[in-house]
Amino acid sequence: MSSAYDKVKIARNIKRPTSLDFINNIFDDFIEFAGDRSFRDDKAIIGGIATIDKKPVTVIGIQKGQNLEDNIKTNFGQVHPEGYRKALRLMKQGEKFNRPIICFINTAGAFCGKEAEERGQGEAIAKNLLEMSTLKVPIISIITGEGGSGGALALAVADNVVILENAVYSVLSPEGFSSILWKSNDKASDAATLMKLTASDLLDLKIVDKIIAEPSNGLENNADLTYDLIKVYILKTLYTLCKLDSEQLICNRYDRFRNFGMYT
Amino acid sequence: MLNKKKYIQIPSQKYEANAPVGTFDKCSGCNKIIYQKSLGKYKICPKCGQLSRLTAFERIKLVCDKDSFVEFNENLNSVNPINFPGYENKIKKAQQQTNLTSAIVTGTCNIHYKKVCIGVMDSHFMMGSLGSVVGEKITRLFEYAIKYKLPVVLFTCSGGARMQETIISLMQMAKVSAVIKRHSDHGLLYISFITDPTTGGVTASFAMQGDIILAEPNALIGFAGRRVIEQTLKENLPDNFQTSEFLLECGFVDKIVPRREIYETLSNILKIHLVGDYNE
Ligand SMILES: [Zn+2]
Repeated sequence: MSSAYDKVKIARNIKRPTSLDFINNIFDDFIEFAGDRSFRDDKAIIGGIATIDKKPVTVIGIQKGQNLEDNIKTNFGQVHPEGYRKALRLMKQGEKFNRPIICFINTAGAFCGKEAEERGQGEAIAKNLLEMSTLKVPIISIITGEGGSGGALALAVADNVVILENAVYSVLSPEGFSSILWKSNDKASDAATLMKLTASDLLDLKIVDKIIAEPSNGLENNADLTYDLIKVYILKTLYTLCKLDSEQLICNRYDRFRNFGMYT
Repeated sequence: MLNKKKYIQIPSQKYEANAPVGTFDKCSGCNKIIYQKSLGKYKICPKCGQLSRLTAFERIKLVCDKDSFVEFNENLNSVNPINFPGYENKIKKAQQQTNLTSAIVTGTCNIHYKKVCIGVMDSHFMMGSLGSVVGEKITRLFEYAIKYKLPVVLFTCSGGARMQETIISLMQMAKVSAVIKRHSDHGLLYISFITDPTTGGVTASFAMQGDIILAEPNALIGFAGRRVIEQTLKENLPDNFQTSEFLLECGFVDKIVPRREIYETLSNILKIHLVGDYNE
């Protein structure tokens, strides 16, 4: 059995399929749309429309590169405020045309920088959390690699949240966690174990609804089976979610998040 | 940064100062040693105007009409959701130091005779971090406000996520956002009042979700930590970076309200929201 920190390393593997790979292999007819209509097009978010089993969906993903050149374009999958606003614009478009929304999440976290602060990184994430909670169409979020903090949550206020077997989802990176708690970066492995960030930990805590299996020889070598599993999961879940009227859907989503937290 | 603005005294405020007696402390604004009692109930440095951080109840005294505050869920207490080593002790210590059960105090009060739901975070309790209890108390506050059609005023100050609750803490951002949206969809007013310091997950959720966002002067408000940004950028940031004034300039805060004017400003905003509509 691999340790929590081994999972973190697998989740970060640069050769892991990107959101675009998932989109191209799971959906048909993908047409990419750009821009937040306000500031610029953030390449760390890709999104657009596609079909699955001939039915229309809006798809959105956080895009990492698989080499340095692509990573410079996509800012290593670290989204700026305009990226979150682009995602929200596409989600609102999906809602208008009654298309379910599928999000692919793979980010170390929202970008931390001067311009991101100036353009309201906090406000952009906050707005997504607010608006996603009452979108009238089904939302499925799939954590495929790193699910880093608020930057991941901004695409994960969904009816169903699922995670790939070796993906992680956490409030902070284990390195950051280690430096806050123990004032040192080199206890990341201990931090990862404590943080309950692996797929099975998250399933136990009901943060995610399901774990999707990965091949034992590495997702980067053979992702076809995982693509199929995701596709089947999406179709099955949409079949159930689409039967609910929007009021019931929103109510269930509210309860899903309402129940998080333990106190006495 | 210095804040030498002259404030207007509000005559309707009659509360006694609540500063600890007989203690001296260095002012973070001018570095002078200040007799804490001389800060007065507003806790403003007489030498330089620097605002000291208020406890939740000091803030409540400044903002609520006398004896109008009724507290909710004051005994709601933390558990250790992911069995984080030493978390129970940390909580106990914070409780002993602050005399609070959690990092937020919630309830109802009147502000110049107008009833509101109010929540006040306290940075003295584990840096006001967002754990399950804070998330649940805010959620219940908004749910109460929806039921009784009340406005909500929330004073934020928080270092962000409660690290010891890891992913559960992250989920509180979504949980609170959902109830705020519900409150908003009922046509009700939410005033977010940001105080020093408000960062991380709180900035990326309820601090930035107000219909009206107010801030105290020179408060630290941001998503990412300044040091994190400086490390990635290898450049120095402007002095006013992530202050209230900076956010006002960038367009993320409606108005900066000096501490002595909070009561009057809130009262005036509430008054305009409570007058009858045009059909009456
Ligand atoms: Zn001073």
